[in-house]
Amino acid sequence: MTLSDVISTYWLYFLIGRFPQGPLGGLALTLVLATLGLMLALPVGLLLGLARVSPWRALRWPITALIFVVRGTPLLMVVFWAYFFLPGVTGIQTGQFPTMLMALVLFDSCYLAEIVRAGILGLPRGQGESARSLGLSWLATMRLVILPQALRHMLPSLVNQFISTIKETSLGYIIGLGEVSFVATQINTQVFIYPTAIYLILGLTYFVLCFSLSRFAFWLERRSTRQSARNASALVTT
Amino acid sequence: MIRFDNVNKWYGQYHALVNVSETIAKGEVVVVCGPSGSGKSTLIRTINRLEPIDSGRILFENEDIHRRGLDINLFRSHIGFVFQQFNLFPHLTALQNCTIAPMHLKRVGKKEAHERALALLDRVGLAHKAHALPSELSGGQQQRVAIARALTMQPPVMLFDEPTSALDPEMVGEVLHVMKSLARDGMTMVVVTHEMGFAREVTDRVLFMDQGEILERGTPDAFFGRPEHPRARQFLSDIRISAVAA
Repeated sequence: MTLSDVISTYWLYFLIGRFPQGPLGGLALTLVLATLGLMLALPVGLLLGLARVSPWRALRWPITALIFVVRGTPLLMVVFWAYFFLPGVTGIQTGQFPTMLMALVLFDSCYLAEIVRAGILGLPRGQGESARSLGLSWLATMRLVILPQALRHMLPSLVNQFISTIKETSLGYIIGLGEVSFVATQINTQVFIYPTAIYLILGLTYFVLCFSLSRFAFWLERRSTRQSARNASALVTT
Repeated sequence: MIRFDNVNKWYGQYHALVNVSETIAKGEVVVVCGPSGSGKSTLIRTINRLEPIDSGRILFENEDIHRRGLDINLFRSHIGFVFQQFNLFPHLTALQNCTIAPMHLKRVGKKEAHERALALLDRVGLAHKAHALPSELSGGQQQRVAIARALTMQPPVMLFDEPTSALDPEMVGEVLHVMKSLARDGMTMVVVTHEMGFAREVTDRVLFMDQGEILERGTPDAFFGRPEHPRARQFLSDIRISAVAA
């Protein structure tokens, strides 16, 4: 069996798993998991980050504790707990995909929360003070004054975290979730003689995903800078 | 209108405000001066509760403003505050800086908020810069927009915390000009500043602070002409020397 035979036999399996006969898997599942993970972790992380800097102790302390616990734990442990320990307590067996998604969202939102907190605290104190002096509430100050500025500064760190999320989906392997790493391992077990090539292709796949995301973010950043420069020059000339 | 009743404040071991008692009447323009670290900024910041106090009371129209349960946001909208560092919102235009509070708090329509904001910008001589971002304005222009912004909620009192200290010398005049016109219109004002010209021209009273205490209070003529406290005399000769050197 040559390498091109392996590719022509398994490429579809690599991309979508056993779909449509079986569950969706492979690269498609990785993409779905990463996208959902990002889309859920961002708003949750934003809320946790706001709670971290909020003036209300009853909110700040438990959230701070949660973030400290999660940050002090490997994601692998979170996945294990969610998959093996949680069903024992709740009596409900959750599937591999929801388990992995929950673990990712919990883990990443805690890291995102710290990025949000740093972005907020990085602004001059006077911004918040002048907004509060006008009579704006704490929440209105955050929404109208602080976050619009902080989010722009946070963009590079956010992208960093998003790239991490994509790579973290590979831990789904450990609980038998059929994402792309799991599928690649399956192929390797069946073919047996091309481990280097198979894992090289797997590595390249992750690289292309992460690299495209970082290029997209770079383009986004440049576009927003150009736009504000254009707005500025339009103002000067009129 | 504003009354301090034996107010004390500590930063840890440091006694920042020492038994401050003072009354500021409606329509009065009061300048607070003193060496740096004397507590004058702390004092003015306690009036809209940017700084908490440890004992005593501060009354605003007979309401204890440091009591628990006060609607702090409503109260603050009745007090205009102008900062040394301007603190304009850099992501918003001059006009948007002036409409953000009325639109959000008074729930007035966009059109009405715009018209009022434009009128205020016109009052500080910057209607033509309404659509400029703060980064496109000079320091003096930014501070004038900040004054307009502080006026948007139509407060009966304006507080100024060293409004000209961060400005290049040639821009000080335009800001003082706006403040003088406010004073002439009868606005109640408390101003922390070293601008003696301003103090002489429009101020009803001068308070001199050092080490957290109000050591001297009087009319500008009395204070600048015949300061009684030795530290006040020292302070006045120090700022005169620096004014000559500049």
